[in-house]
Amino acid sequence: MILRSLLVLMMLFTFTACSSTDDEVVDGMTYGAGQSGDPLAGTETYGQGAGMVAPGTQEDLVANIGDRVFFGYDRYDLTAEARATLDRQAQWLGQYQNLSITIEGHADERGTREYNLALGEKRANAVRSYLVGAGVDGSRLNVISYGKERPAVADPSPEGWAQNRRSVTVVN
Amino acid sequence: MRKEKKVAFRFFKGLLFGLILSVSLPAQAALQVDITRGNVDPMPIAVVDFADSRSMGANIGRVIRDNLERSGLFEPVEPRAFLQQAMNVTSVPEFPNWRKISAQALVVGSVDAVDGKLTASFRLWDVLTEKQTLGKSYTVSEKNWRRVAHMISDDIYERITGEEGYFDTRIVYIAESGDRKRKTKKLAIMDQDGANQQFLTSGKSLALTPRFSPSSQKIIYLSYHKKVPSVYLYDLETGSVETLGNFPGMSFAPRFSHDGRKAIMSVSLNGNSEIFELDINTRSSKRLTNDPSIDTSPSYSPDGKQIVFNSDRGGSQQLYVMSADGGNVRRISFGDGKYGTPVWSPRGDLIAFTKMKGGMFHIGVMRIDGSGERLLTQSYLDEGPTWSPNGRVLMFMRQSRPGGGSPSRTMLYSIDLTGYNERLIKTTTEASDPAWSPLLQ
Repeated sequence: MILRSLLVLMMLFTFTACSSTDDEVVDGMTYGAGQSGDPLAGTETYGQGAGMVAPGTQEDLVANIGDRVFFGYDRYDLTAEARATLDRQAQWLGQYQNLSITIEGHADERGTREYNLALGEKRANAVRSYLVGAGVDGSRLNVISYGKERPAVADPSPEGWAQNRRSVTVVN
Repeated sequence: MRKEKKVAFRFFKGLLFGLILSVSLPAQAALQVDITRGNVDPMPIAVVDFADSRSMGANIGRVIRDNLERSGLFEPVEPRAFLQQAMNVTSVPEFPNWRKISAQALVVGSVDAVDGKLTASFRLWDVLTEKQTLGKSYTVSEKNWRRVAHMISDDIYERITGEEGYFDTRIVYIAESGDRKRKTKKLAIMDQDGANQQFLTSGKSLALTPRFSPSSQKIIYLSYHKKVPSVYLYDLETGSVETLGNFPGMSFAPRFSHDGRKAIMSVSLNGNSEIFELDINTRSSKRLTNDPSIDTSPSYSPDGKQIVFNSDRGGSQQLYVMSADGGNVRRISFGDGKYGTPVWSPRGDLIAFTKMKGGMFHIGVMRIDGSGERLLTQSYLDEGPTWSPNGRVLMFMRQSRPGGGSPSRTMLYSIDLTGYNERLIKTTTEASDPAWSPLLQ
């Protein structure tokens, strides 16, 4: 008992030394730190050369269809405008049957982190359900919630927050 | 349960470190700070640099003074004002000289280092009654001199306030850097006073909402390492990381039970967040909620019998309590506004939370039946309180609103349960999602 206590103590006193491990243990992750392949990396720069984009690409989606829909504060129901955008997305996905997509759900920063993760998940799934209802095969549609972690704009105003309450459709 | 733990802890400390030099408790406890009162006049205390042939004694003295000062309950007297200099643990205080500089309490000590081992001895004197009220000695490995300073700070705090201290503790948090639209977020850890800051992950994947196990040896957190954001378990002893649970959908908002055997978290089922309990050893899981609305941010009561959580099942984001098996759900928050991130206090009598109202964010507390709500802070974005192990201090994150040329900054703050003594916690990067460890063992 005493020996065990001593051991525990020694481990405690040395643990700063052996806890400096990096997360290479869990490598392969591409989200989050500006790596190439980050699905968010392109969403703000696409669409610059509208009209010259290759069909069936993210650029095409952004420039000619609309890659995102917006939500009300603390809401995850789809507006008429959102439905119209998703109808176009469903048609476009019908045209390019080989594409699979990820639907990102996002929230503004005016909520708590964990609740916003749940809210982003609800939003992404509302979009997914609508697309499935519009005839897109569900196996082509992944969802991910970023909560308030990846705002589209940094503007701390009602207009900025409205732009951040969104789902973004990203070609895999 | 708590009592047993405390006794064991004391025994353990005594066994390893401690000959008690001598303790004479005065019949009338003159040396006392009432920490329940809120805006107290801090007690003037003189902490003499510990006698030492090297600099370690001065460092220990400084860490103790800083701890006591940050608590808001003590006002350390500037050492340059001392009229009696060069004291060690056996020096007899010239009490009139300490009274002259208005010190009510006096701490003297000595440090000896032999073969990489450090022994620190101290005495706490009541200047008014001229009596020693505490004397102790600790022996640790030399590189842990800060922990000795924290343990002595805890002894002084406990002797004078009558409550267990919280200085020999650590904070796990998220270190933030980079542009606000794509911040890098690393798992990080530091001592309670901001010393020994260390990153535990590289920042390649988003890391969020870390929390300590009751042993302070494991951290449970959310990582975006894989396609599906999931709860991970980080072992501080070995540095190993593993997923916790095997759910098809996102799992998030994890917390340990107070016995460390279970974790509770949210799991997304077809896009809706439900609360699950997971057995840490067997990894078997059990669903606790079944409702088409959002259920998240669960936190166990200290006895493990109840869970407070966050739900919008009533139409807006509010706090609910249920039995640990998921039954007997009742709403406890009824004020104006929305409520999130409930955390049960270590004493069991209060729930700390984030409140959103009128465009502002607050950290507040209420009793477990929802009565007696008090808001302690207010800002553009205060969020995510965590309790000190003695239940007297809350730490939280504050994100400032950008404007006037200054960017938004996210930093850690602490505030007393009384609503006084708000302090910035110094970190080397922006910081969020703090979680306080129990007292280290």
